Amino acid sequence: MAALTEVDLGASSVRDLNQALHAPATESAASWRVLNPRGAHSVACGLKDEVTVDVEGHVGYYCAGMNQRATVTVHGNAGVGVAENMMSGAVRVRGDASQSAGATAHGGLLVIEGNAAARCGISMKGVDIVVGGNVGHMSAFMGQAGRLVVCGDAGDALGDSLYEARLYVKGKVKSLGADCVEKEMRDEHRVELAELLKAAEFDQDPADFRRYGSARRLYHFKVDNSTAY
Amino acid sequence: MCGIVGLHLREPSLEPRLGELLTAMLGQVVERGPDSAGVAVYGDPRLSPPGRAVVSLLGVTPHQAATALPDAVVVAADATTVVHAQSPVAELLATIATALPRATVIGSGEGFAVLKGTGNPVQLAKEFGLAGVTGYQGVGHTRMATESAVTPEGAHPFSVGPGQCLVHNGSFANHATIRRELRAQGVQFDSENDSEVGARFVAHHLDRGADLEKALRLLCERFDGFYTLLVSTADSFAVVRDAIACKPALVAETDAWVAMASEYRALDVLPGIENARIFEPEPEEVYVWQR
Amino acid sequence: MDMDFASRGLRESATFDRATIHAIQRAAATGVYDIRGWGAKRPLPHFDDLLFLGASMSRYPLEGYRERCDTDVVLGTRNAKYPLHLDIPVTIAGMSFGALSANAKEALGRGASAAGTSTTTGDGGMTPEERGQSKHLVYQYLPSRYGMNPDDLRKADAIEVVLGQGAKPGGGGMLLGQKITDRVAGMRTLPVGVDQRSACRHPDWTGPDDLTIKIGELREITDWEKPIYVKVGATRTYYDVKLAVQAGADVVVVDGMQGGTAATQEVFIEHVGIPTLAAIPQAVQALRELGVHREVQLIVSGGIRTGADVAKAIALGADAVAIGTAALIALGDNHPRHDAEYRQLGSAAGYFDDFQDGRDPAGISTQDEELAARLDPVEGGRRLANYLRVLTMEAQTLARACGKAHLHHLEPEDLVALTIESAAMARVPLAGTDWIPGTPGAVR
Repeated sequence: MAALTEVDLGASSVRDLNQALHAPATESAASWRVLNPRGAHSVACGLKDEVTVDVEGHVGYYCAGMNQRATVTVHGNAGVGVAENMMSGAVRVRGDASQSAGATAHGGLLVIEGNAAARCGISMKGVDIVVGGNVGHMSAFMGQAGRLVVCGDAGDALGDSLYEARLYVKGKVKSLGADCVEKEMRDEHRVELAELLKAAEFDQDPADFRRYGSARRLYHFKVDNSTAY
Repeated sequence: MCGIVGLHLREPSLEPRLGELLTAMLGQVVERGPDSAGVAVYGDPRLSPPGRAVVSLLGVTPHQAATALPDAVVVAADATTVVHAQSPVAELLATIATALPRATVIGSGEGFAVLKGTGNPVQLAKEFGLAGVTGYQGVGHTRMATESAVTPEGAHPFSVGPGQCLVHNGSFANHATIRRELRAQGVQFDSENDSEVGARFVAHHLDRGADLEKALRLLCERFDGFYTLLVSTADSFAVVRDAIACKPALVAETDAWVAMASEYRALDVLPGIENARIFEPEPEEVYVWQR
Repeated sequence: MDMDFASRGLRESATFDRATIHAIQRAAATGVYDIRGWGAKRPLPHFDDLLFLGASMSRYPLEGYRERCDTDVVLGTRNAKYPLHLDIPVTIAGMSFGALSANAKEALGRGASAAGTSTTTGDGGMTPEERGQSKHLVYQYLPSRYGMNPDDLRKADAIEVVLGQGAKPGGGGMLLGQKITDRVAGMRTLPVGVDQRSACRHPDWTGPDDLTIKIGELREITDWEKPIYVKVGATRTYYDVKLAVQAGADVVVVDGMQGGTAATQEVFIEHVGIPTLAAIPQAVQALRELGVHREVQLIVSGGIRTGADVAKAIALGADAVAIGTAALIALGDNHPRHDAEYRQLGSAAGYFDDFQDGRDPAGISTQDEELAARLDPVEGGRRLANYLRVLTMEAQTLARACGKAHLHHLEPEDLVALTIESAAMARVPLAGTDWIPGTPGAVR
């Protein structure tokens, strides 16, 4: 069992924390605990090794931004853009996440146990996002690839201008965005959804979800679409 | 572009700590608005003793104010001079208009004072003596000026009606037209600031009988642009965001208080935050807390 | 022919000229707006309207070659651990792989490196070809974040946060399906062949207050090593430059409305933004008022063609310039040797602007393998390096004539204007007078 390194942000700066986390991971520095984040920004961003970071409290903007391989857990709420542009690894928010959670992320798994605000998964490029609660308006806007699972409700304009990201919502969808449509749930979708729910450690029945995706009507500039641009 | 903080106390035993808490909150949003700052405080007995008319002024020295208004008590706070007197508010305002024609009124009413200045917000809070202020409600703002000048007049809050106060994070996109429309209806402006247009618009509709919720709904209908607004009156504390809701806002609520801030770190300084209900205001939904 | 029309009494309308008539006919036929490449084509007040006051009796010129006139520039001195040291103050602007062929990107890298300057990625990620061939590579951080990868961020020599470009301030990127090949689609995580449209705002921040926090994150991820640029299209330049500095930029890039694009609505290109000439004094005023002129460097782009343009931009207060369209022309764009093929595409050498179309006979703005193979990146790089050297020598010629030992020693007082418009915009006097039209210091 690797030793646990504790960093108290009441005493150390975010700069010192990130510099330490950016050093190559070693046996003795593979597990980290961050105390007193108090809404600080850019906590544990730019990690590139297989380390585990537990943040004990609420964080500000861009926590675990551009994460690669690391496992980051926020035991609290996360501010704007948690795990933005994540490439791989796993980020879990035990509370709520503010807007643009998982924005443009290319890979990895982002789990938000509470609600995610507006633009969750905006321009997502391959990440898997599983939200225990609701997501706000314009979630998965321009979503290019990856999967977004919402166990609660979705706000206005879900999946607006969607490319190839796949969306699963259990609750109500307030409205669908331009070019986003409900699609048939086939067996392969139930299988993929079950895997995502399991990975997120959520006890939900895939049969309760509906699937949404792109109608692909906006893929080419055409006169008939002029009002949608 | 800015940082917003606001605190509406429900628990009277916290009132002696209002200024201390507001100072701590303001200190957490300096990065968002390093060039100027302002606060509005409701219920401080030194700035605004009960039963007296209070007017907050820029553009005059305390000495000028004391000379021109012999019957008033003058309190100095950085660039701001607060005067209060035993008379109706309208009467005090009329006296000021005559005796101090160069002064800019940045707040008037009973039990309410507005303090503004330029420079680092933490230093300004010291100049204001904010930590020693008491009361039941306070609003603070740190400013990063977008298109209008860095002056005390350009700092928020904008208080243009009795006890009213508006702070704004974002920028409006059609305020020039709305300013022209309001001017055509006789409304006078003190600055070229887009946020002042929002404050004048709200005051204009409150004056015509709308309640705060209605006035803010009208604002959502009329204004283009990006905004998180915190608007207060002597008995209300309200939050509204534009339809796109890009500018950040967090509300925290306990039995003892309601607080709003641009970022969580400003809420973290509050007593009992660990048990607060914390949420993000929905777009174009008007949230009002009444006293 | 036109002469013939005139002699027959035929008169073309200045309002509804033939280009306008054609545009209306095109809109009526297709129902979609016109999308094209290149920058603004309308006549605009520009550097040609300024002249240098060379030394004579009252001032002493420097001899060419023998007497020193330095050209180096350091970018990103304010916060970065490793600022960029360039030999010449002419950089290559951001142009994406996708908009341009891989060979074209490689040629830009080769030419820039040979001349000791930087090149820039674009809205499509970093290719190994351009990273490999670019001594100094600036990595753009755009709203779409196509191909945005922290490994590439760490490989970059500087990071450019792009809010907009001169061709379309307030608009997002476009790349039409003809150019979304397997490789481009893969790099951008898009379906092959879609007409790609990018967002106009960044997905996770808006406004200078949130940009402050975003720049903080980028610095944290790269351990405060790299210069961070902020690029804006020229509109409310005075305010935007001030806010970029307050948000923490090390370098501000201002792209005037003549700045090019690979694909944008014609209405955007011709009708949004201000000329480069008008933008520079606003940017410099903002930097001076904040006390950071030359500490936060200013890069100006949009219509830079000659060493005279370089020298004039620097005299007005820029630290460096960036070229895009001119660099493509140096690679071979619009060359007369392709005229027959341009005509087959309905254009002609000197007029070709269908960069969006992907059928560029010069092999530059295309993803067609056969066409792209026409551009030899080594030869193209050599031509670009030649051109960059000429720009530099021309700028030095003018600076020496004004008695300056460094290009940065040029100053607005070395310039006069030929027209009232350019005098007002550039804030230099009309030649032979002390008259600078306009309200001093007024900005909008």
